[in-house]
Amino acid sequence: MNSRIMTHTTTSPDETFELAAEYARRLKRGDVLALEGELGAGKTRFVQGLAAGLGVPENVYVRSPSFALLNEYKGGRLTLFHFDFYRLVKQSELMDLGIEEYMDGDGITVIEWADRFPTALPARTKHIRFHIVDDNTREIQVVL
Amino acid sequence: MRILGIESSCDETAAAIVSEGRVLSSLVATQHDVHARFGGVVPELASRRHMENIVPLILTALEEADLTLDDLDGIAVTYAPGLLGSLLVGLSAAKAIAYARNLPIIGVNHLEGHLHAAELEYGAIPSPYVGLVVSGGHTSLYLVHGFGNLKLLGATRDDAAGEAFDKVAKLLELGYPGGPAIDRASLTGNPKAFRFTKPRFSSDDSLDFSFSGIKTACLLIHRGAVAKGDVSEQFTADLAASFQEAVASILVDRTLDAVRRHGARACVLAGGVAANRRLRELLKQRADDAGVPCFIPPMALCTDNAAMIAYVGARHLEAGRRSDYTLNAVANQEIGI
Repeated sequence: MNSRIMTHTTTSPDETFELAAEYARRLKRGDVLALEGELGAGKTRFVQGLAAGLGVPENVYVRSPSFALLNEYKGGRLTLFHFDFYRLVKQSELMDLGIEEYMDGDGITVIEWADRFPTALPARTKHIRFHIVDDNTREIQVVL
Repeated sequence: MRILGIESSCDETAAAIVSEGRVLSSLVATQHDVHARFGGVVPELASRRHMENIVPLILTALEEADLTLDDLDGIAVTYAPGLLGSLLVGLSAAKAIAYARNLPIIGVNHLEGHLHAAELEYGAIPSPYVGLVVSGGHTSLYLVHGFGNLKLLGATRDDAAGEAFDKVAKLLELGYPGGPAIDRASLTGNPKAFRFTKPRFSSDDSLDFSFSGIKTACLLIHRGAVAKGDVSEQFTADLAASFQEAVASILVDRTLDAVRRHGARACVLAGGVAANRRLRELLKQRADDAGVPCFIPPMALCTDNAAMIAYVGARHLEAGRRSDYTLNAVANQEIGI
């Protein structure tokens, strides 16, 4: 598969948010986004931007699903399913979560710590990689 | 009214029997021992464990209360928020018993359970009171006017406080669960060694929380120390103590701010992070200074349990509310908005 990598540099969490809000405009039903990068790299902030870009109302809290494993945000152009693999150990747990039904469903699926189970992701997955450059600067690579 | 409560919204399976505000039995099948072996991660997704646990737990809860299913007057079950697969295990068990015994069933929101858990220990709490629910999955502040009458004042915008504790503990290699681990490490640390910028929101009067920035700051400080080869036991203790102090003071500041702004007559702490020594100490001290009574229930009522579900369910049933067999699990449900 031909893929093109776009690298963006953001210098604040707000810029990461704006980048994601802009990116959300090109997303379509059934898209799967895999977010990869260390703690504090801006993954959750990116998802907040995606939700805003999809038009999820501002009063909906978009927060880390590390504990809940899955959050759903409705009210935008498409429903956003927000997964987090941080706490998971075995790939079979994803089956218990019913993740395939979400990925093949009518919304957009975004997964934090997706690189824990790369083989669970469909071939069409769009990978987004986060790197911490310094205190406020993040390098965000989007595979188109 | 003797009510069986069932809770399976996240990692813990729980069953309890409550009668007239008194806990006759309360059991929790916890997976902490298993978690610890895996360094803070859930080894097996809860739904399968819930299925294995639920029937033995209900039977043991009845046995400990010296009752049988014939003695029950109703079933209360957590239906939101949580993982659908996990919630459904509890709901199915509750519906099956209710149907077989022709008992009323009532669905209870997990957070509403937490907010009223203190009443099982202390009886009626002067209202309105400010309730802080703080755990691995939640950090929310409510104004409780009375039963079924509450308002969400603020909540975390990113990480829950308990999640931040777990992630920083993992970063500092302190083990799991993060709350007690950070607490232990911080005993020999200087809480003023590192300073963190307190989160600010666009609207100044927000009672929301944010812990992601402090978590990231810890990561960067730690990374800097690793690069310089400065990671000592003292460094870890200092960072743990400073982090804990920052989180506890944000939680306490917001809680007392809410008390002041809404003229609340008491404050209540609930959720697993209530186990944190510094948070309890600081809240008690600051509430004392403000002349506001502070209620912190024993840990068994702070962490996930079914007694709080049975108690809240009983109050609903007494008020004439009940669910029917179409009661379904809801993954995300805020209360008081």
